[in-house]
Amino acid sequence: MLVKFTNNGIYCAQANVYIDPWKPVNYAIITHAHSDHARYGHKNYLAHTHSENILKHRLGNIAIQTIPYNQTIIINGVQISLHPAGHIIGSAQVRLEYNNEVWVVSGDYKVKKDGYTIPFEPVKCNHFITESTFGLPIYNFPEASVINKNMNDWVKQNANEGLNSVLIGYALGKAQRILNGLDTDLPILLHNTIYQTNQALNFDNSNYVKFTTDYKNDSKNPHIILATGSVLGTSWLKRFEDYKIAMCSGWMQLRGARRRQNLDMGFVMSDHADWESLNYAVLATGAENVYVTHGYKSIYAKWLREQYKLNAVEVETLFEGESLNQNNGESGQDDKQILMG
Amino acid sequence: MKNFCDLINQLDQTTKTNAKITALAHYFGNEDEKNTTWAIALLTGKRPKRPIKTTDLKLWATELAKIPSWLFEESYNVVGDLSETISLVISSPSNGYNATLHQIMEEILTISKLNDTEKKEWLFKYWENLEPNQLFIFNKLLSGNFRIGVSQQLVYKALAKIYNLDDKVITHKLMGNWLPQQQTISNLLHNANDSDFSKPYPFYLAYTLDKEFEDLGDLSNWQLERKYDGIRGQLIIRNNEINCWSRGEELMTEKFIEFQDLIYKLPNGTVLDGEILPFKDGEILSFNEMQKRIGRKKVSKKMLFDVPLCIICYDILEFNNQDIRHKPLHERRLILENLLSQYPNDIVKLSPTLAANQWNQLNNLRQEAKALGCEGLMLKNKNSVYETGRRRGNWWKWKVEPYTIDAVMLYAQSGHGRRANLFTDYTFAVWDNEVLVPFAKAYSGLTDKEIIEVDAWIKKNTKEKFGPVRSVKPELVFELAFEGINLSTRHKSGIALRFPRILRWRKDKKLDEINTKQDLLNLLNFVALDRNTGN
Repeated sequence: MLVKFTNNGIYCAQANVYIDPWKPVNYAIITHAHSDHARYGHKNYLAHTHSENILKHRLGNIAIQTIPYNQTIIINGVQISLHPAGHIIGSAQVRLEYNNEVWVVSGDYKVKKDGYTIPFEPVKCNHFITESTFGLPIYNFPEASVINKNMNDWVKQNANEGLNSVLIGYALGKAQRILNGLDTDLPILLHNTIYQTNQALNFDNSNYVKFTTDYKNDSKNPHIILATGSVLGTSWLKRFEDYKIAMCSGWMQLRGARRRQNLDMGFVMSDHADWESLNYAVLATGAENVYVTHGYKSIYAKWLREQYKLNAVEVETLFEGESLNQNNGESGQDDKQILMG
Repeated sequence: MKNFCDLINQLDQTTKTNAKITALAHYFGNEDEKNTTWAIALLTGKRPKRPIKTTDLKLWATELAKIPSWLFEESYNVVGDLSETISLVISSPSNGYNATLHQIMEEILTISKLNDTEKKEWLFKYWENLEPNQLFIFNKLLSGNFRIGVSQQLVYKALAKIYNLDDKVITHKLMGNWLPQQQTISNLLHNANDSDFSKPYPFYLAYTLDKEFEDLGDLSNWQLERKYDGIRGQLIIRNNEINCWSRGEELMTEKFIEFQDLIYKLPNGTVLDGEILPFKDGEILSFNEMQKRIGRKKVSKKMLFDVPLCIICYDILEFNNQDIRHKPLHERRLILENLLSQYPNDIVKLSPTLAANQWNQLNNLRQEAKALGCEGLMLKNKNSVYETGRRRGNWWKWKVEPYTIDAVMLYAQSGHGRRANLFTDYTFAVWDNEVLVPFAKAYSGLTDKEIIEVDAWIKKNTKEKFGPVRSVKPELVFELAFEGINLSTRHKSGIALRFPRILRWRKDKKLDEINTKQDLLNLLNFVALDRNTGN
């Protein structure tokens, strides 16, 4: 077997490289810059070109080599290349080939186009490692255009009532998607973490206002506020009253998830694959062996075995679809908290 | 249907009372009356019986979604709501299909007579064509337990705005049994309602006392009574008919067989408010006994003998066919006392008033009440009229402190509705020598923050999974509160608690510090002893 699951993470012994390892290693290939995949402390990093700045922004001065999509490098005979995963900017599936055995480690991915991230491309392989964050038939996400329209209608309705609109989403990936999807003349305030993330991504900040404490609340001049989940339930939000608050997350598909957080609204905007996308992606690889990681892994693996007669197994990793870890990175806004994803 | 779904979404998206009333009033003012009438019926808890069995709903949903039933069950466990699960797995792009609310509801009333093939055909017509957000509400209507975060009072207030009537009048007019397929809302509100002899008055409900006694003023203005642990009921004798309603607006006359005789024992045109209790040989029996009797379809002679019911009356709402709710309590009390002394019988008893000269005597009275199997005291302003619904100011309940015990969490299960996908339903255990015995289930009392913390802990400390239930490492200790304790043959521990709930999470306590089964048994004996000597 070319790739193994070890205590340090997903490991290719022939090339002596790890993919998204959770313990410090010598050589790490990073699928994308979210903090449960890109951890601190490795000696050498390899990632997609678009991930370089954001990885440095988050992890400091690291030794990093970058390559574009579809370009092969060879390490001790193993052909390694990166392919679009459609998850966030710079996100990649890692393809490894040696002696006609092909593995694809997909990290996090989504198939539906978001109008911003370079779209997912299926890669033929024998062994496919897939996430299963939304691996249940209850998760069927609307098209980006529908979500954007709903979001813009909601913001407009609030503004007509003299209310601010607070939108909640991850700083990396989701925030840029939201900004891209907003069609409005209203002033947009950014939470500091998002403002800085944008800068690291070279995402144009010139139309947005960085939040400062001299913000003036005025119902004749309503604002849009974009913030991370870390502000929920804190007094930071109080200054924006009266406001309506919405979260942008795949978990918003369930009423319970929205109501529990006392949100006014939830937009089912996810950077992960929904049920149909997962099935499409798995079948499109043509892989006979599927390893199901973070999410509803045992259920989804059973489905793949029964429905498609694939050799599918669940694998424990530290990529947690349901983790509540709040102490990672910048106030943990990128950790998949229970409601984020 | 679209307007109704929009209304439900609006109600769902706000926690503000005024916004809810505005949304309701807007709907009532603009929608076709046939639909409005159904909407009011549904929002005030009048729902038709479930026309299709749950097992059939599940089976047909898996068929339409083309998924195996185990996958449907797994999805259901995550969502926590059957209607929502179905609407999510079968959801397909909409084609703008619309049907009116009354059309759907009237069809629901008739389809229970259809055979399975016809039922399925009817169901698929809607499942395949309704828009996704209407699917969920459609399924809710079908499930027979449609509920939304709106109180009856809000509905009545919104109607009051539209129909320019006092909301108390509306409350009364919409009480009792009326059928949305036979009525319209304007008929209900504008016609005199004396044709229906069974129609109850809205109940007046007390608030929990949350002030100091000193703030209540002069003690002599207050009528003190015990608060009974039974079923709040309204007994109506009119036109040689007897009807008894529960507070949940359920007509319970058939369950209270012995009450039939009252037609001969009380005059027509009388409506009494009181507590229905199991009562034998001068003693109140446990609430459990009455529960058992009410649960039966047919009450056996033995049960009738073992658990006779009575109603302890504390108010009179109608006398000589006159509505006397506007009279002050002290006048109503006098009428009630006179009536019951004029027509003495074994079934209708008078709730005695208690005497106290000083506020500080109330604590003793409350303890005494507990010893008699009561829940605490009632304080009622002697000048109060009989209001509708729960109102602050004139009627207060002052309950006895609950019993408490420390126990460890043994199993967890995910909740429903608002708490779906979170582990919120816990089973607790105490020590029985060296073994932990489960003895109570509770699913309320923690804050949202604590729930998320406990949920994360459960996910990390799961020992085994049995379907939706997980067994966890016995480590988290909680203080449980409960209202009563009884022996039980149905529970493994042999003990049944009444209203168990989580009082607080005892992070300071360890597994070896929790209570034992013996502690519970001691408490049980103590409670029993207390009752006997209290008499």
